Amino acid sequence: MTDDQKDRQSDVKTVALFATCLVDLMRPNVGFASACLLEQAGYDVVVPEGQTCCGQPAYNGGDRRSARRAARHTMAILEGYDYVVVPSGSCAAMICKHYPALFSKGGGDYRRAMELSERTYELTTFLRDVAHYAPNVTLENETITYHDSCAGLRELHIQSQPRDLLNSCEGIHLAEMNKPDTCCGFGGTFCIKYPDISDRLVERKAEDIVATGATRVVAGDVGCILNMEGKLHRQGASVSVSHVAEILAGMVED
Amino acid sequence: MDVTSRQFSDKAHQALRDTVLQKALGHIEEGFVEARKNAAANLPEFEELRDRGRDIRAHVIEHLGAYLRQFEDQVYAQGGRVHWARDAAEARQIVAEICAEQGARTIAKSKSMVTEEIELVPHLEAQGLKAVETDLGEYIIQLREEKPSHIIAPVIHLSKEQVSETFHEHHQIHGFEDKLTERAELVAQARSVLRETFMDADVGITGANFLVAETGSVVLVTNEGNADLVTSLPDTHIVVTGIEKVVPTLNACHTLLRLLVRSATGQETTTYTSFLTGPKRPKDANGPSNFHVVLVDNGRSAMINTQNREMLHCIRCGACLNHCPIYANIGGHAYGSVYPGPMGAVLTPQLAGLADSVDLPNASTFCGKCEAVCPVRIPLPKMMRHWRESEFEQHLTPTGMRFGLGVWSWLGRHPALYRLVQRCARLGMRVLARNGWIKALPLAGKGWTAWRDMRAPDGESFQSQWAKRGKKEPA
Repeated sequence: MTDDQKDRQSDVKTVALFATCLVDLMRPNVGFASACLLEQAGYDVVVPEGQTCCGQPAYNGGDRRSARRAARHTMAILEGYDYVVVPSGSCAAMICKHYPALFSKGGGDYRRAMELSERTYELTTFLRDVAHYAPNVTLENETITYHDSCAGLRELHIQSQPRDLLNSCEGIHLAEMNKPDTCCGFGGTFCIKYPDISDRLVERKAEDIVATGATRVVAGDVGCILNMEGKLHRQGASVSVSHVAEILAGMVED
Repeated sequence: MDVTSRQFSDKAHQALRDTVLQKALGHIEEGFVEARKNAAANLPEFEELRDRGRDIRAHVIEHLGAYLRQFEDQVYAQGGRVHWARDAAEARQIVAEICAEQGARTIAKSKSMVTEEIELVPHLEAQGLKAVETDLGEYIIQLREEKPSHIIAPVIHLSKEQVSETFHEHHQIHGFEDKLTERAELVAQARSVLRETFMDADVGITGANFLVAETGSVVLVTNEGNADLVTSLPDTHIVVTGIEKVVPTLNACHTLLRLLVRSATGQETTTYTSFLTGPKRPKDANGPSNFHVVLVDNGRSAMINTQNREMLHCIRCGACLNHCPIYANIGGHAYGSVYPGPMGAVLTPQLAGLADSVDLPNASTFCGKCEAVCPVRIPLPKMMRHWRESEFEQHLTPTGMRFGLGVWSWLGRHPALYRLVQRCARLGMRVLARNGWIKALPLAGKGWTAWRDMRAPDGESFQSQWAKRGKKEPA
């Protein structure tokens, strides 16, 4: 190995991929697609062992003590990496915005939460703004539509990032749906507590998706994806549902 | 405040199936959401104005006592009187006593959410007084014996046909035999019936959009002009409002008015903006001889030292209702409180107790649209979460949910067991699946598969696949 190569190797930064519990359980492909994109962008990708759930269900369920414990667990396993990347707007927002809010200012946990929040990114924000990544995938002239997930949009301002990345792919036509920023009705435990209200929201979302004529709806959060694909499948609509990472990595499953 | 919020789930369920209601709710998008969007887009400084609005409201609540005393002094200096009501009962009694002093028989009322909150009209009616709502929407629901379903558009839940039915039923005694079908005709008929009330009324009761401390003025915004008749024709004017409505100066009031109206209806200004300062002066052409302001606390001061203090910044524009996907689909009555939607989800537990209204702060996906449109940037989702925390602490959370959250949290800190449970869940889902899709999930999943399918995950979890074979090559 030449000195030059050695130098370059030591420049390679390490990204911890926090896959999220929903990706881990329901959509492993999103984890692989995210890892693939981060490697293409020139990073060493590690999936830290022991990662579980970011604690959002407890936090939004009013169980602050459990949320704190979940945060401590996650902060510990994500320690020491240059960056942490999360293929979910809501889990990234939990870490970046809500972990610091869980602890009193000035304490060790608060400092750790602040430090973690500074090096944690939602996937598309990281790819576009930190990695300056240009996707090299070509699709066969597909019309897609993009759903903005609420937490990512309003807590982390993720709106142009996925669209910029998708628009720079060959063969993608992005057709915006009516009200892409309206909630799909998932809402974590909301869809269990108020299933019929949740259903009405996703029914309207499905109408807006189908009206675009797109063959695929893309989103950045697996919660919304499960909800929208579950509704579209029940309706017999021929619209596929993918995570933005799956499209950008050329790893679409169906 | 009496609420029927315990029936939230059932009423929401009915509302989703009420086709007339659903059609009526369809008007919110065009009438309010689009209108606000255009109004905000047409005012370059709108976002900066929101910051100023937030700062004004925060400053007022920080110095609430001082500004209320200044307002009180100014009202007296102008020849009016101020009454302090600790709770709803005291407020009702104060108003009833003023009416009795005046020997009042007929009362003309303009729209006020605080009078809805303290249930003033039923109380006055029980005293043998005739109290008539003169805001068109409030008048309609008074005839129908309903509660408002929206804080600025009380009959947003009704169709034109329902209004026509109601008028036909109640206006025949006024000599109107024909059933009307046109909007303008309905308005004209109501105006003609209400004219009698305005002429007969001994007392006029209004709310207040703002109270200006430096001048002692009461500010009202309306589009119908009824409030101006209510405040100028009867000999006595009683303002009933919450203590948080005070603002320091006319300038601050102006900033908030610009925000309020744009956020509420998308107008630049309402048709009528009235500044009412004291009773009629010797040279005034008209106006009331007696001017009373009843300042209602009813749980507000108790909010100052809580984490929901910022709810006192609310200027009651209704934007959070209009933009809430839950409200837009179920309407206001399901909430069982005169304050529905996101602002009601924060306010109602404070005014009526959390145990009776525990569904309200839960009936949100935390989508955040309410906070994104709030003219004074109230962090509504954060405060709904505060109520959920109180709910959890007070053991009001349903046992199943509490247990589920507890188990999930515990597993989250024990990765080996977490992986085991996850593997079982994946196996279970594969057993339930046909051709990769689950049509019926058990337990808490029932609600999901009642209307949706669930795609069953194949293979192992991401983490175990990753551990076994590292990265997957692109397809």
